[in-house]
Amino acid sequence: MLGLTLKEVSLAFREGRISPTELCRKCLNRIKKTQRLNAYITVTEEFALKQARQSEARLLQGVPKGPLDGIPFAVKDNFCTANIRTTCASKMLKDYTPPYNATVVQKLLDQGAVLMGKTNMDEFAMGAGSTDGAFGPVRNPWSYAASYRTQAGSASDSDWVITGGSSGGSAAAVASCTSYLALGSDTGGSTRNPGALCGVVALKPTYGLVSRHGLIPLVNSMDVPGIITRSVSDAAVALGVLQGADVRDSTTVPAPSALTELPEDFDVRNICVGIPKEYHAPGLSEETRAQWSRVADLFEKAGARVEQVSLPHTQHSIVCYHVLCHAEVASNMARFDGLEYGHRSEMKSSTEVMYASTRHEGFNDVVRGRILSGNYFLLKQNYQHYFVKAQKVRRLIANDFRDVFGSGVDVLLTPTTLSDAACYHDFTQEDNRTRSAQEDVFTQPANMAGLPAVSVPTALSQRGLPIGLQLIGPALEDKKLLCVARWVEQNVGFPSISDCENTQESRKDPGATRREQASAV
Amino acid sequence: MTKMLAFQTLRVVSLEILGSPCNLLANNVYSITKRCSLRSLQSQILRPLSSHQHNPKVPKVPTWEPVPEEQLPQPTRIPADLVDKLERLALVDFRTKQGLECLEKAIRFADQLHVVDTSGVEPMDSVLEDRALYLRDDTVTEGDCAEELLKLARNTVEEYFVAPPGNIPLPKREERAAILRHSEF
Repeated sequence: MLGLTLKEVSLAFREGRISPTELCRKCLNRIKKTQRLNAYITVTEEFALKQARQSEARLLQGVPKGPLDGIPFAVKDNFCTANIRTTCASKMLKDYTPPYNATVVQKLLDQGAVLMGKTNMDEFAMGAGSTDGAFGPVRNPWSYAASYRTQAGSASDSDWVITGGSSGGSAAAVASCTSYLALGSDTGGSTRNPGALCGVVALKPTYGLVSRHGLIPLVNSMDVPGIITRSVSDAAVALGVLQGADVRDSTTVPAPSALTELPEDFDVRNICVGIPKEYHAPGLSEETRAQWSRVADLFEKAGARVEQVSLPHTQHSIVCYHVLCHAEVASNMARFDGLEYGHRSEMKSSTEVMYASTRHEGFNDVVRGRILSGNYFLLKQNYQHYFVKAQKVRRLIANDFRDVFGSGVDVLLTPTTLSDAACYHDFTQEDNRTRSAQEDVFTQPANMAGLPAVSVPTALSQRGLPIGLQLIGPALEDKKLLCVARWVEQNVGFPSISDCENTQESRKDPGATRREQASAV
Repeated sequence: MTKMLAFQTLRVVSLEILGSPCNLLANNVYSITKRCSLRSLQSQILRPLSSHQHNPKVPKVPTWEPVPEEQLPQPTRIPADLVDKLERLALVDFRTKQGLECLEKAIRFADQLHVVDTSGVEPMDSVLEDRALYLRDDTVTEGDCAEELLKLARNTVEEYFVAPPGNIPLPKREERAAILRHSEF
């Protein structure tokens, strides 16, 4: 039951095979069982059960609100949720309870979806591993799947792998079947990166298609709420609900067309797939390259046109992103001074001392480092040299994409990450900034240009961990992008995590009934 | 490591992530485990990898060209008074020498931007620059939530947020370091 798609669950509800409250309880139990993943910062048990009961009442009366009625979902902890603690995994907002819901959260709640909790992340969404939050790192559920464990050999717990970041908790929640849908935020790949490493579908819609009201901002010109699900058609359902202009977010644009379901008449032979040659960056693992090649072959064999294309400024994209990100972060983090919300220091000799010590106490090294370099790039003496230069390079990158899509390419196929998930011990050998610069290489160009991109899991690596590939489409053509993604999903045969579940573990579980044991896997 | 090309570090470190247990560059034969059911599942998944022919449109080797050191400007060293200025502007301290090194590395990384030719290119503020954003009517539709918002702050009096005395400049660096040491969270 927990491994089904949204449509299948909706059907199960209508046929009375399970009720929303039962499903909610199952998910809550699963959250308790998978606590070692540390995917959730706050689990909203009471609230979830209340919503589930309301959904059940609607079902019994025959008036469900839509495809998401009664569906458990999770939200990354940088989206504001009314009366539910929102921390951004930071000491600064440790006890902050927003008085309002983010627009995307409100839209899901209005559809009757059931909020399971707020998921763990990197502090203020800065990072590529979900290892630097104030509530501890998130563990990848695949660390405990038999496909990885048989390789790792020992039963020891010390070689668990990271989820990727910064929406690691959301990806882990969906991958471990504790929720069917999770919201993440994507600034430089923060949704697609953990999506690929956790073997789930991760969509970053076009910039402006989904409202950012209520999303605690990182980089205003690149942030987009991301959607994480276990199948592409689920992501389409979620996008259909979330897309659209919002009066509260002036950077939203009206959705190009309503999206309830992906069209069935999609023919891959009409598609031209571009392979940007600059996306073979140094450090790309052999296996990921092999998967890239394999999917390109799948497209060709099915009759699609596959061409190699060039995005010449790709190599500099990560540097440009680095500068713009730090500059905007310096500006966005200025609001945290302890005066109106959040942590406030006890120092009170002067306003400036209070601000400085509040920020010293509330932010970790990563955030402070970015604020400082952002301020450096924005100094009057450096403004033209770094910030404006980066903005010019940004235009060159956006133009590259525009030229490629203008020449007849419908979608670009690229890797999402350099390799499969690293184990925590290896990942933490380098600092956050270095890792972000390495891991965000393939994902941030789409953010720079504001284009939609989706990561689809394609296969398991030799270590038994997921590898995902990324598809990038032209602006506002999210529907077509998802059609192509669905085709890839249907043709690569990626195993679900329950196939690779450690059967020894589920047999040992004393609490589960026989029926639950059989259906849990 | 005298002639350290910018992207070699990237490549070396990334390969280290892959670690010793995974012998990715060796033969593609998957070692069979003793678990029978798992074996069939995994050989099903991994068989495509081992018998796969490489698609010529996917580049076989990295296509990035390392940026040579000579093309970059001189490495920036941040003088003490600039450190001070940054700490006052950002109201965030470097905490340790490592913090300063991190900043210098970040600047070095950003220096690579200068090899890109941007003559005649306009800076891009936003990807939505080619459209007019929606403007709503200038009427009040919500608000009146002062109480709720005041509840979020630690120190309030009636409808005011209370701040410590302003107009006092931030103390000098040494004093600041002493103050901050006391305020460890």
